[in-house]
Amino acid sequence: MTVLLDVKDLRVRFRTLGAIRAKLAGVADPFLDAVLDVSFQLRAGTTFGLVGESGSGKSTLGRAILGLTPIESGTIRFDGMAPMGLSGSALSAYRRNAAMMFQDPVASLSPRLTVKALITEPFVIHGLKDRDLDAEARRLLDMVGLPANFAGRYPHQLSGGQARRVGVARALALEPKLIIADEPTAGLDVSVQGEILNLMARLQRELGLTYLIITHNLAVVRHICDEMAIMYMGRFVECGPTAEIFANPGHPYTHGLLAAQPHPDPDRRRQDVELKGEVPSLARRPSGCEFHTRCPRAKERCSTERPEPREIVPGQTLRCHYPLLDPAA
Amino acid sequence: MSVPASDPIASAALPAGTAAPRGAGVFRQIARDPMGLLGLTLATLLVVTGLFADWLAPYDPIGIDVRNRFADPSWAHPLGTDNLGRDLLSRVIAGSQIALIVAFCTTFLAMIGGLVLGLIAGYGPRWLDNTLLLLFDSIYSFPYIMLALAVITLFGSSFFIVILVIAVTTLPAYARLVRTSTLGIKNSEFVLAERSLGARAPRILFRHIMPNILGPLLIIVSMDIPVVITVEAGLSFLGLGVPPPAPSWGRILNEGYSFIRQSYWIVIAGGLPLILATLGFTFLGESLRDIFDPKLRKRG
Repeated sequence: MTVLLDVKDLRVRFRTLGAIRAKLAGVADPFLDAVLDVSFQLRAGTTFGLVGESGSGKSTLGRAILGLTPIESGTIRFDGMAPMGLSGSALSAYRRNAAMMFQDPVASLSPRLTVKALITEPFVIHGLKDRDLDAEARRLLDMVGLPANFAGRYPHQLSGGQARRVGVARALALEPKLIIADEPTAGLDVSVQGEILNLMARLQRELGLTYLIITHNLAVVRHICDEMAIMYMGRFVECGPTAEIFANPGHPYTHGLLAAQPHPDPDRRRQDVELKGEVPSLARRPSGCEFHTRCPRAKERCSTERPEPREIVPGQTLRCHYPLLDPAA
Repeated sequence: MSVPASDPIASAALPAGTAAPRGAGVFRQIARDPMGLLGLTLATLLVVTGLFADWLAPYDPIGIDVRNRFADPSWAHPLGTDNLGRDLLSRVIAGSQIALIVAFCTTFLAMIGGLVLGLIAGYGPRWLDNTLLLLFDSIYSFPYIMLALAVITLFGSSFFIVILVIAVTTLPAYARLVRTSTLGIKNSEFVLAERSLGARAPRILFRHIMPNILGPLLIIVSMDIPVVITVEAGLSFLGLGVPPPAPSWGRILNEGYSFIRQSYWIVIAGGLPLILATLGFTFLGESLRDIFDPKLRKRG
């Protein structure tokens, strides 16, 4: 399968203080890295899940891929071309082929526009004047399973699930190849979550879409993602096929996350891996492995030496000196 | 406002109290508030008078009749005549036209300018924001009389200069309001979503941000109309306003002030419409504000 999205050594940093203020306050490094050394490949037609706690850089990574947040260093290749640094027509073409669905289904819709105006906005923005906007609106609403009379509604008249469907319709308007979905199920009832996921799966089959799904809902990842990555403080700590990772988590953090999931069987005892403490501040990264402050398996070496990504099992890479599934151990 | 009242689905499904009332409903709501009704009546009276001033005025407002100087109110001259024998009722009626034109042109200019500059300051890069803020604050800190004096000394007095000076001095207040609202909206998810679709800054600003800040801006603007009317009268009183012989209310006041011993009618003729116009627009503006933005209401 062809690689649709190829991200290499991506780094996104934010300034925490202005240059002058940092000098005055004596802060030598007024930056924090929200995304650090992230590399992964997304194959066409597959679904990739990005998992992590709040503030781990998942959303920032998604936005950086779409060029909404400037990149400090690294490369993003989409369909063979490098979109970063692009401007004008090339960026416009990239934005036609890669769409994003945002976290809050209602807040991501411009409040003063009707549903029809919202879902046909992409045609207007990209200057596709030959399209019949009424027909397109009907086609898109039908595709996401909304009745045609929703075209005249305003966002505040929609329920969360309906607004999410409108978001899907807008993302699909220009028939993109890649869809980045930031928490597609957030704020929705469980039954509606299921509907939306089924809708997304159906559209993937019908249109050959590639998804990058950002979520902290492990159940969603397990159900629909072919591959997944776990982020901690802006880095990928583990990355690989979803089934493998759920079966054999290699990184202690992954293990902790998976073990923290509620289990429907009360008799099955939880494995005793509690994650202790809080996520450290991004402004003060721990030395060595960032996770060593909370890791139950941390040893001397973890606080001094930074682990580089290793492919422990074919396809499954992780950053850990002492992984849970070390064939050598 | 962008929501058309004719849309049956939209208006039927509006949850009570969340959306601003529109169309005929606004007038009904104003009429329910006695102050609002008074304001609406006075404002309408002024607008009608201003629009039809040329037909309503019984005499030529600048026609001199020296034999009839300082005439007391009579059936022929309901408000009397001034020092040159000009009919004061005609002058007051013609003055309403000037007051209205200045008020509407000025607030319109200031609103457009404030809107554009405020949007740019709020959405643009930091340095541009800081530069514009410095500009707004400089204008703000400058007394308008001083500015008017300087400009009129340099360029001479004209209708256009008066409008421009008042517009420039009121603009910063609007621009600041727009800037603050823009700052609040520019990082919202729907703006980010539009950016991800490839929308450029002008489209985001005018199609997605502007409709969301127009409501509060229009309320402030409507409440500024009486202020502008008084400012124009003030400038005319000082001789800095619309050049003679145009009968501005401020000028009538000024002339009446010089002859207050001979005839106190002149001051009343110039002052009363000014008071009524200011009160009328203020009441109307407050009533509108209460209707469109119940959160700003002071009394329960």
